[in-house]
Amino acid sequence: MPEIYDVVVIGAGVVGTAVARLLSHQHLEVALLDAGPDIGAGTSKANTAILHTGFDATPGSIESRLVARGYALLNDYAPTAGIAIEPIGALLVAWDDEQAASLNTSAEKAVANGYLGASLIDAQSVYELEPQLASGARGAMVVPDEFIIDPWSTPLAFAKEAIANGVAWLPNHSVTKLDRSHDITVISTAEQHTLRARCVVNAAGLHSDDVHALFGLTGFTVRPRRGELIVFDKLARSLLAHTILPVPTSHTKGVLVAPTVFGNVMLGPTADDIDDKTATSSTRAGIDALLAKGQRILPALLHEEVTAVYAGLRAATQHSDYQISHDPTLGYVCLGGIRSTGLTASMALAEETLALLQQCGLVATPKAPDELRSIRVTNLGEAFERPYQRGSSGAIVCHCERTTRDEIVEACTVAPAATTLDGIRRRTRALSGRCQGFYCSAEVCALAANASGKPMTDWLGNQ
Amino acid sequence: MTAASNSSVDVAIIGGGPAGLSAALALHQLGITNVVVLERETQAGGAPRHTEHLGYGIRDLHRVTTGQRYAAELRKRVNAAGITVRTATTAVDWLDDTTLQIADTTGLSTIAARCVVLATGVRERPRAARLVAGDRGAGIFTTGSLQQLTANHHQRPGKRAVIVGAEHVSFSAVLTLRHAGCDVIAMVTPLPRHQSYAALRVATATRHRVPIITGTNIAEIHGRKRVEAVTLTNGHRIECDTVVFTGDWIPDNELARRGDIDIDIASRSPIVDGSWRTNRRGVFAIGNLIHPAEPADICALDGRNVASAVAGWMATNNWPTDPLRIVVENPISWISPGAVQPRAAAALKHFTLRVSEPVADATICVTQNGTVLWRSRRPRRLVPNRSISISASWLTKVDPAGSDINVALNVSVAVEERLR
Ligand SMILES: Cc1cc2nc3c(=O)[nH]c(=O)nc-3n(C[C@H](O)[C@H](O)[C@H](O)COP(=O)(O)OP(=O)(O)OC[C@H]3O[C@@H](n4cnc5c(N)ncnc54)[C@H](O)[C@@H]3O)c2cc1C
Ligand SMILES: Cc1cc2nc3c(=O)[nH]c(=O)nc-3n(C[C@H](O)[C@H](O)[C@H](O)COP(=O)(O)OP(=O)(O)OC[C@H]3O[C@@H](n4cnc5c(N)ncnc54)[C@H](O)[C@@H]3O)c2cc1C
Repeated sequence: MPEIYDVVVIGAGVVGTAVARLLSHQHLEVALLDAGPDIGAGTSKANTAILHTGFDATPGSIESRLVARGYALLNDYAPTAGIAIEPIGALLVAWDDEQAASLNTSAEKAVANGYLGASLIDAQSVYELEPQLASGARGAMVVPDEFIIDPWSTPLAFAKEAIANGVAWLPNHSVTKLDRSHDITVISTAEQHTLRARCVVNAAGLHSDDVHALFGLTGFTVRPRRGELIVFDKLARSLLAHTILPVPTSHTKGVLVAPTVFGNVMLGPTADDIDDKTATSSTRAGIDALLAKGQRILPALLHEEVTAVYAGLRAATQHSDYQISHDPTLGYVCLGGIRSTGLTASMALAEETLALLQQCGLVATPKAPDELRSIRVTNLGEAFERPYQRGSSGAIVCHCERTTRDEIVEACTVAPAATTLDGIRRRTRALSGRCQGFYCSAEVCALAANASGKPMTDWLGNQ
Repeated sequence: MTAASNSSVDVAIIGGGPAGLSAALALHQLGITNVVVLERETQAGGAPRHTEHLGYGIRDLHRVTTGQRYAAELRKRVNAAGITVRTATTAVDWLDDTTLQIADTTGLSTIAARCVVLATGVRERPRAARLVAGDRGAGIFTTGSLQQLTANHHQRPGKRAVIVGAEHVSFSAVLTLRHAGCDVIAMVTPLPRHQSYAALRVATATRHRVPIITGTNIAEIHGRKRVEAVTLTNGHRIECDTVVFTGDWIPDNELARRGDIDIDIASRSPIVDGSWRTNRRGVFAIGNLIHPAEPADICALDGRNVASAVAGWMATNNWPTDPLRIVVENPISWISPGAVQPRAAAALKHFTLRVSEPVADATICVTQNGTVLWRSRRPRRLVPNRSISISASWLTKVDPAGSDINVALNVSVAVEERLR
C-alpha cells in the first residue's frame, strides 16, 4: 500500500468501477473502496439493464450528453470484455389518444438529444412486430438502438480490469470522515482504516450526498426512489422481440417490459419516493401494481412463472440532472445523483471524472499500450457461447441457468472474488433461475466453501 | 477433453429418478436394451436421494425404506442390468421429433432416439414464484434445498423455522428440521386444515405437536441480512430465522415446452393419454412430471407401465393422434392422464385427480355427451394436495366418435341441504 494514493474512489458501483478502470490506464496509484464486501452490490445490481440511447433525456443536460457518450463507449467495450449485449431495440407504445399525440413530442425530443434513429409506426405495424401485445395499442415510436446488456458483468469487468492494472480493491471500507490539509485528504472508515489521497472521487450512489457532506458541502440531497421489478421465467422470452417502453412522464420512465440478456423477461420498475436508503424490500402493493400493468401490456406474460422479485433504489435528488462537481482545493470530484441511467453513462462519467481530476491538478500520464492488461469476464448471455456449451468447465451445477462447476470456483477465487451467495449469483447466474436453489443451493454453498476456505455456515448467512 | 460425440439409441429416457430408472428396468425386461438414461446430476436416483427419513418403496419394492436407500436400490438394479446411465448429462433441446441436443462435460452433442421418455420430475415453487413480498435475507428454503443441505452437507439451517404449507412434504420438512436441531414454530396453510396422513405420525415421531395455523398465508418476510420474522395475511407476526416453502409443485416442464408438447393449464404438466403418449410423435412422459406430486413408488410404477406402451410403439410405428381430452370442472383442478385414446388398449388402471378445495361426500362423475360412463360416491372428505384415484374401467365405454370426456363432482343432496 502506498503512503499516499493519487486517487481514492469511494463506491464500487458501476460508476466507481468505471472510474477506477479508466484511472488504471494512467500512471497513478489508485484505490477503489466500498462500504460493502463486494463490487456492484448497491443500485448497480438492481436495474432494468437497458443500454439507453438517451432519446428521452432532457436536451442540453449533462445526462443527455453523458448517456449518449456512455452508450457509444460501452457498446464498443462490452464485446471486447465478454459482456453480453443484444441489439434488440425498443418500442415506445402509445395506449391512448393522449399518448399517441405525445409520440410526436418524443420524436422531436429524440432529435434534440442528437438521436436520429427513431421513427413512428402505426398500430398495425406494432402488432406485426409484437403480435402478443395486448390489444389497444395506437402506434409506437421505434427506437432501434435501445439495447439490453448484462448489468452485473459490466461493473465486474471494470473492476477486474482496474485490479489487473494495479488498482487496490478495498472492500469493507465504509468512509466516515474526510479531512483535507496540506493538499492531502485523510480518509477514515468505520472499520478503523486510515488512507491518504491527493484526490477523492465520490461515487457513493445513494450516499453521494452523505459523502459530499463529509467535506461540509451541500447542494443536493438524495431521496431514494424505489423501483420494484418482477422477472419472469425464460419460457416467456419468446413472447416478445423488443423492449416495450411506456410513453414517459416527468416522474419516471414508467413501467416497461424488457427481455434480458439472460433470456428472461422483466416487468418494472415502479417508482416510489421513500426515506430509507436501505429499503430494498418488495411490497405487496408494488407487486400487484406491476402485475396489473403487465396484464395491460403483455397478458400472456402473466401465465408464466415468476423467477424473481426485487427492488432497486434510484439515487434521485431535488434536481433532475446529474450532480457533478469538482473542487480543486479539496482535490475532489463528486458524481452524485446518478439516478436512472448510470449503467449506460458509466464510462462517460469516467472520462468526465478524469478531466475534472486533471482540473484539480492531478497529473496523469497514460500507460503505453503494452503496459496495459486486458481482461475478459465469463459470458452470461444466452446469445453467446456459454461454458457448458463449450465443455471442459466441469459438470453443470445450477441446472436452471446451466452454470458449471469451474465458473463457481472462479467466482470465489478470482479478484474481485465473491464473498456471498449473491456475489456468486451476479458472477455466474447460479441460484438465480426458476428453481431459486431447490436443486443446487447446497451444492453451490459447498463448492464456494471449498474454493474459498470459508465455512459453509458463512455462505449460508447463519449467525 | 474428449470431443463430444453424437450417438443413437432406441430409447432415451430423460431423468434418472424413480420413474426414469424404473422405465429403463422394465424396458430391459421386455428385451429393449438399447436404452440410455440421461441424468443431469452427477448421481442418478432423483429427489429421494436427499431424504433421510422412511416412507419410500411400499408399492414397488414392497418394503418401507428411506429415500436415500430407495434411490441406492434403484441404482443397484439398473447397474446390475447393465443399463447405460449417463450422469452429468442434460437434455437441452430438441433437434427433431426424437433427436435431442445434450450437454455434458465435453460440451454439446446429440442423441438420436426412436423414442423419448420424459421423466424430469417436479420442484417446489420457491418464494419468488409465490410472490411473497418483503426482504430477501438468508434463511429462506424449499424442502428440496433444505434436505440437501442437511442430508448431504450436514448443515443446520437455522434455529426457529416457519413452514409454509401443510401437505405431505411439509411434514417431511418438519422431520428434517427437527433432525437438524431447528425448532419448528408453526406451519401455515391457507386451507382450513392440514392435508397429510403423515401429521399424526410426525407428531408421534418428534414428540412435539407443531401448531398448524390454518386459513391464512404468509404475507411478508422481514430481515435484510437474515430472516427475522414473517407476517401472515391475518396480520400476525411470527419471530423466526428460517422460512421453508413446501409443496406447491411445478413440473420441470422446460424440455417438454421447448418441444411444443401440450401442457395442462392447471398442473402445468404435459398432457398424456392412457399410454403416456404426448402429442409429440415418439415422446412419452411419466412420473411426477405428469402428476405433481405423487410418492416415489407411484412414479416408479408409471415407469414400469410405460414399457409396454414404448414396446408397442417401436413394434408398430403407430402414433395415434387427436386423443379425446378429459375436461375437469371446478373444484377439480386437474386429472392425469388428461387425454384418452379410446381405440387403443391402455395399460392404465387409474386416473389421478386433485381438488382445489375440501369437498365432503361428493360423487365423482365421468360423462361423455351427457351420458354417465362411471360414477363413484366418496363419503370421505376430498382434500386438496392429496391424490384422488379413480378407476380407468370406464375407458371401454368411451364413444370414440364422441366429444371430450367430462369429469365433475356432484355434492350429494343431503350435504347440500345440510349446508343450507
Ligand atoms: C429500478 C432501476 C432501474 C434502472 N434501470 C437502468 C437502466 O435500464 N439503464 C441504465 O443505464 N441505468 C438504470 N438504472 C440506473 C443505474 O442502475 C444507476 O444509475 C447506477 O447503478 C448507479 O451506480 P452508482 O455506482 O452510482 O451507484 P451504486 O451502484 O449504488 O454504488 C454506490 C456504492 O457506493 C458505496 N458507498 C456508499 N457510501 C459509501 C461510503 N461512505 N463509503 C464507502 N462506500 C460507500 C455503496 O456501498 C455502493 O456499493 C436503474 C436504476 C434503478 C433503481
Ligand atoms: C422434500 C421431498 C420429500 C419427499 N418425501 C417423499 C416420501 O416420504 N415418500 C415418497 O414416496 N415420496 C416422497 N417425495 C416424492 C418423491 O421424491 C418423488 O415422487 C419422486 O422422486 C418422483 O420421481 P420422478 O422420477 O418422477 O422425478 P425425480 O425424482 O424428480 O427425478 C427427475 C430427475 O430428472 C432429472 N432431470 C430433469 N431434467 C433433466 C434434463 N433436462 N436432462 C437430464 N436430466 C434431467 C433430475 O435431475 C432428476 O434426477 C418427496 C419429494 C420431496 C422433494
